[in-house]
Amino acid sequence: MQTFGQQLVNGLSLGSIYALLALGYTMVYGIIKLINFAHGDIYMLGAFWGYYSLRAFHFNFLMALCSAMVVCAVLGVVIEYFAYRPLRHSPRITALITAIGVSFLLENGMSALVGANARSFPQALPVVTYHWLGIRVSNIQLLILITACLLMALLELIIKRTKMGKAMRAVSVDPEAAQLVGINLNHTISFTFALGSAMAGAAGVLIGLYYNSIDPLMGMTPGIKAFVAAVIGGIGSVPGASLGGFIIGILETGVQAVGLSAYKDAVVYFVLIVILLVMPAGIFGHNRREKV
Amino acid sequence: MLTVKDLAVNYGAIQAVKGVSFEVHRGEIVTLIGANGAGKSTLLKTISGLMRPKAGQITYLERPLDRLSAPQIVRAGISQVPEGRHIFPGLSVQENLQMGAFGQRDRAVFNETLQTVYDYFPILKKRRTQDAATLSGGEQQMLAMGRALMAHPQLMLLDEPSMGLAPIFIQEIFTIIQAINQAGTTVLLIEQNARQALKIADRGYVLASGQVKLSGSGAALLANPDVQRAYLGG
Repeated sequence: MQTFGQQLVNGLSLGSIYALLALGYTMVYGIIKLINFAHGDIYMLGAFWGYYSLRAFHFNFLMALCSAMVVCAVLGVVIEYFAYRPLRHSPRITALITAIGVSFLLENGMSALVGANARSFPQALPVVTYHWLGIRVSNIQLLILITACLLMALLELIIKRTKMGKAMRAVSVDPEAAQLVGINLNHTISFTFALGSAMAGAAGVLIGLYYNSIDPLMGMTPGIKAFVAAVIGGIGSVPGASLGGFIIGILETGVQAVGLSAYKDAVVYFVLIVILLVMPAGIFGHNRREKV
Repeated sequence: MLTVKDLAVNYGAIQAVKGVSFEVHRGEIVTLIGANGAGKSTLLKTISGLMRPKAGQITYLERPLDRLSAPQIVRAGISQVPEGRHIFPGLSVQENLQMGAFGQRDRAVFNETLQTVYDYFPILKKRRTQDAATLSGGEQQMLAMGRALMAHPQLMLLDEPSMGLAPIFIQEIFTIIQAINQAGTTVLLIEQNARQALKIADRGYVLASGQVKLSGSGAALLANPDVQRAYLGG
């Protein structure tokens, strides 16, 4: 029971990171039907921004987090503008391959720029560990969980209540009709990239704090796992992405806890295969009938 | 108000519109009738900026339209009610209407327009918090029209508003189109239901294979034996 509780806490912390990342995948897919494979690298850039802002500019944690979100939002918009927008009317596979190319560019670009070696993330906050019913919870874990939940609540609010959020939903269900009511497609898509990338930037800073180690290739595996999380939750669904993220996080720590650490990645992909077989649209996805 | 001159539009590899000219004057109801594939919807999409003309001009209030984007054309005063309604599922009825007024920043004007739309379509007010996808076909058509009205159009383009609706709704929709027109909005109506459309239209154009074959007043076209044979079922 104690182990179970402990793993649940660990899983929720890791899961929040995946959830934040999965939101970006799902929103971008929802609006332009593109799997943005460079999304994990935005998260890496967020972590590096956090690293430099804490070390060189002596930002405090909150400033590092917020500035990383802003920087990543801008990067996301720039990437969409230069890499994806010119391909808006190309076949989907073209944009997909471009996304993989952008991902390689960011990974290798950063390796060339700062070196490929891992570096330790500055401890912005002193670590305090609480003991509760035999479960160890660090303040960092709580911080990750709370920050992630606040950001998800904020995102939900933006999507549900604001005009831009409603425009995002309108564009994602019917881009043509959205233009006919005067919604600017490009602005809405940029806005979506900004939101998703900001979430990834926040996740990058949080993971730096949690794992203490960052490197230019750190976005690859979490990026793919967050993508799996988005698929499990139902790609295009915002609550689905959050839930999927937590499921993947708990699953991964759970597998490690029972002594199958070597299989932790394999299990995630196994679950993906099972989900695709039994409910291809994911947990919150719905199969939309094609209208003729 | 709207002048279309020698317009040609390609739809993929097909030339769907081959040199069409027509005019809509302020305050009129003008209808374009014609069979499936006559190029009617392509024409409307080109006016709204979703498709680009290959040749010819579209002028609206002395301004060329063919370089403007769809959102700019909405702001210029032309709203389209698309074929098949295309309401936004997942958004509530009121949110759909709110999207129709996307360019409107003035809260007071927005509320006033919303009230006008609810006066035309009381059922929408009753259903305002419902997901638009749960509405019946007729109600969705009303929502699509209400959404277009939210932008305060000078000119409203309607693409097959009666398609797939029960007769009782068709009658209601046509009555409301007339009411909207009487309130000062010019209407360009595309219909396969030619009889109904010509009855309420000031003028009409008959389109076939991407060209205007006939034009005249609504009453004259209704009485024309060729039109009767081809489009009014004898």
